Amino acid sequence: MNMLAWLLLTPVASACVLAMVRSLHAAGWMNVTASLVTLVASVLLAIQVAGSGEIVSAYFLIDAFNVYLIVLTSFVGLTTAIFSRPYMAYVHETGMTDTRGLRLYHAMYQAFMFTMLLALTTDNIGVLWVAVEGATLATVLLVSLYRTPEAIEAAWKYFILCGVGIALALFGTVLLYFAAQHSDGWSDASLAWSELYQHSAGLEPVVTSLAFVFLLVGYGTKVGLVPMHQWLPDAHSEGPTPMSAVLSGLLLNVALYAIVRIKMLVDGSMAGTGTPQLAGWLLMGFGLTSFLVASLFLHRQRDIKRMFSYSSIEHMGLMTFAFGLGGPLATFGALLHMLVHSLTKSAIFVTVGHAAHIAGTQNIDNIRGLIRTQPAVGWGLLLGVAAIAGFPPFGVFTSEFLLLTATMDSQPWFTVALLSGLAIAFAGLFRHLHPMVYGVAPEGQVPVPANMIPVAIHLLIVLVLGFAIPDVLAGWIDRATLLITGAHWL
Amino acid sequence: MNVASELSLLQQTVLIAAALVLFLSFVLLAQPRLLAAIRAFAWQGGLLALITGLVATVNAEAHLFVSALLTLALKAILIPWMLHRLTRRLELERHLEAVKHAAFVQIVAVALVLFSYWLVLPIIQQDLGFTRNIVAVSLAVVLLGLWVMITRQQAVFQVLGFMSIENGLFLAAVSATEGMPLVVELGIAFDVLVAMVLFGVFFLRIHNSIDSLDVDRLNRLHERLEDSR
Amino acid sequence: MSSFAWLTICLQALIYVSLAPLLTGWIRKAKARLQNRRGPSVFQPYRDLRKLLAKDVHVAHTASPLFRVAPYIVFVSTWLAAITVPILVVELPTAAVADLIVLVGLLALGRFFLALAGMDVGTAFGGMGASREMLISALAEPAMLMAVFTLAMQAHSTNLSTIVTHQIELGLSLKPSLMFALAALSLVAIAETGRIPVDNPATHLELTMVHEAMLLEYTGRHLALMEWAAQVKLMLYGALIVAIFFPWGMTEIVDVDGVMIALLATLGKLALLGAVLAGAETVLAKARLFRVPALLNFALLLGLLGLLSHVILEIGT
Repeated sequence: MNMLAWLLLTPVASACVLAMVRSLHAAGWMNVTASLVTLVASVLLAIQVAGSGEIVSAYFLIDAFNVYLIVLTSFVGLTTAIFSRPYMAYVHETGMTDTRGLRLYHAMYQAFMFTMLLALTTDNIGVLWVAVEGATLATVLLVSLYRTPEAIEAAWKYFILCGVGIALALFGTVLLYFAAQHSDGWSDASLAWSELYQHSAGLEPVVTSLAFVFLLVGYGTKVGLVPMHQWLPDAHSEGPTPMSAVLSGLLLNVALYAIVRIKMLVDGSMAGTGTPQLAGWLLMGFGLTSFLVASLFLHRQRDIKRMFSYSSIEHMGLMTFAFGLGGPLATFGALLHMLVHSLTKSAIFVTVGHAAHIAGTQNIDNIRGLIRTQPAVGWGLLLGVAAIAGFPPFGVFTSEFLLLTATMDSQPWFTVALLSGLAIAFAGLFRHLHPMVYGVAPEGQVPVPANMIPVAIHLLIVLVLGFAIPDVLAGWIDRATLLITGAHWL
Repeated sequence: MNVASELSLLQQTVLIAAALVLFLSFVLLAQPRLLAAIRAFAWQGGLLALITGLVATVNAEAHLFVSALLTLALKAILIPWMLHRLTRRLELERHLEAVKHAAFVQIVAVALVLFSYWLVLPIIQQDLGFTRNIVAVSLAVVLLGLWVMITRQQAVFQVLGFMSIENGLFLAAVSATEGMPLVVELGIAFDVLVAMVLFGVFFLRIHNSIDSLDVDRLNRLHERLEDSR
Repeated sequence: MSSFAWLTICLQALIYVSLAPLLTGWIRKAKARLQNRRGPSVFQPYRDLRKLLAKDVHVAHTASPLFRVAPYIVFVSTWLAAITVPILVVELPTAAVADLIVLVGLLALGRFFLALAGMDVGTAFGGMGASREMLISALAEPAMLMAVFTLAMQAHSTNLSTIVTHQIELGLSLKPSLMFALAALSLVAIAETGRIPVDNPATHLELTMVHEAMLLEYTGRHLALMEWAAQVKLMLYGALIVAIFFPWGMTEIVDVDGVMIALLATLGKLALLGAVLAGAETVLAKARLFRVPALLNFALLLGLLGLLSHVILEIGT
């Protein structure tokens, strides 16, 4: 409980303080320090949970499923903070934003971390909604930080689409509450997830399935599921790069986490009906559509950040599909994929941020010869894309392999769709990647101050996970799998 | 079977107010004058507070009084006031926006009402208090708010649509579940307030950027996609 | 008993023709008062009618026989329509034909001949008035029917007498559907009886008039009948609104006391309604003709909302 307080209060306190710190230098370091404290707290919390199984209090629930996401979130939060310190200083030097904008940036960065952690730790699905909506509010001003017309448009789209989507999720939440109030033998119904889960068999299936549709559309907008994905490429491409990294690496995960939690409730309530797999089928449909559409859209992108945001949609689609498929193997794969995708994608966005500074543009056609100008960035981009495209020996390969095996087991025909989607995405990524890394560098292209350590750490972890998953981590994910599907995989 | 006649006058007033909330959603959809639309939105918020207060009285739910006051302060007074001030600051008081394809818009709106009625039928069949029939109205208000956002080009109107979606959600919570737990409700109210402040910031930024609040002119990102084909 | 019932029917019919000018006079008086004028006496419409009836009739050379017949048809059809609306007693022997659809049909018949007569002489104003009248009525009729359906769904009948009985039995109840139907029907009534903001009954300004334009060629008793029919129509709509939405005081039992009470109640309610109308006309300005469709579409929407809110809010499952 103590660690939990540290975990949640550190970002809040630092957001308040950072809103007032004028010195850019100090603010950058404070941001890193706060993220470090959060990470330490989350690791200690994880150790606590590993010992005691799970922590349930009045408003919070920490179990195997969310604790690994909590650690992941604070870890990516820290590495992105490390990256963003010199990056934002560089942005400030180029005059794209003023000191006030940077103060806003740092405060909102921590506020965003807080909403993410709150969404993950809370036991109450109403508070979960409030936190996810809060995450939109915290990031929406950051997307328009540069105040260009494009940035404002992207932010407006992000605001409106996510706002509306999340409103539908609230309607779904109300319906779930309604179902809880009308279930048999539960007099003091609440919105606590753990209690809802206990009583899920008694929830009226018609109402919960209706609620699930609303919740799926609502949180699905945040995940970036097609056709509610319109905001995602815009927000990623126009916002500052650290923002893109945390949006892709964390926000999408948290929204998917919310959907999976809800699915567990709905599955419990639908178990006795004629269509126990309804929620799963819906997830599979949305997931597969997003996966295929996004991999096709990858080909026609000209903006490098837009391209990688479509890649995010593609991977989120894959995970959604896997969670829909259900079963221990698919769920294990999806959880692992969540982890490796977050690490790889945030590493890629960090690299892309440097690449865009080297070339002075985000236009793919004008980014050339990175490996000659600045080998570290070039190699980072090359390895990052290789990892995200699912090359062995990176961890993404492992998780995708597990997912394909699971699909082959239960729904063999979908394997074809998945494989062709992966191939299309692979082609799309490498088609653009090759000239960017190996092409002829334009005259006068010079290296920029870049901090590639976070990228290296992320990719190293992904690489290690590709060779062997440490027992601790495997055990963790397996416990989460047990929680979600009711069966061990290992 | 007619149930309305079995209800007390207080409960009938709730139904009347709910019907008026729905009517005001239609007004938001068709009203070309910005200030009149803001006023309609404020009335919607006021009616919502009235409904909440009456439901609280009928069902003797103390915590609903708090949310009634919260709604009154936020939806009926504060947000309309902020919008009003912003329109004056941006000199939009005389802004007129003709609704394109008015008849089509209204027909779709009526269809949306029918659709939401059909959608919530299974819920109505559950054993519920006298507010059960309002659930359909609340979903209709949500969908109509969405429709407002789709059919209107001007940013302030879009925000009105957005906020009326929130109104619909609140009505749903009041009518189906006698409100949400207080923590959640406070959180939602906070989110709505912050959203309104951010909307204000965005109005100014959009206005500075394209010298208009016509959101249809925010189409650069879309065009760039067209180019790349 | 039965003969008394028939007597009451005759009384109702007579009340319409005899008191319709009084209602018009009352509204004019009230309006004048609101505008700080003294205004003519409330009996002025009677004097006008008497004067017109005594005057010679002049008919244009180009007029066909239809032109001479039309005033009688218009008057009779409006009067018949009025008789279907109960003002004193419900469930009379004639109640079987007192149907809302019949009412709409009879009014349409009168309007049809009015428009024909307007065009008959071939003057520009007559044709213009007729075309405007048809435009308004074409838009008003769906709205009226929608309101009628809302009421019919409540009482499970389109019979006026049944609807009114149903309303009396319901007692005081606030129903959203009735509220919307009332609003829709009031708008329709304003459009159909040519009141502000749709038409101005007091004007003879060529560009704005609708009803007056069709009557321009009429003189003497023809004009008197046409004016009288218009007054009856106004009272009809007033009585309709009063009977359906505020039926208190109306009686089912046919006896002298009951009828007297009902008469007083109805007259009081009509007077009140007239005052409200006068007030509204003082506040509002006449709208441009092109705004009229929007107004009537609004009435249609209100009717539709009434129907929807009846289905959604008032029917239990």
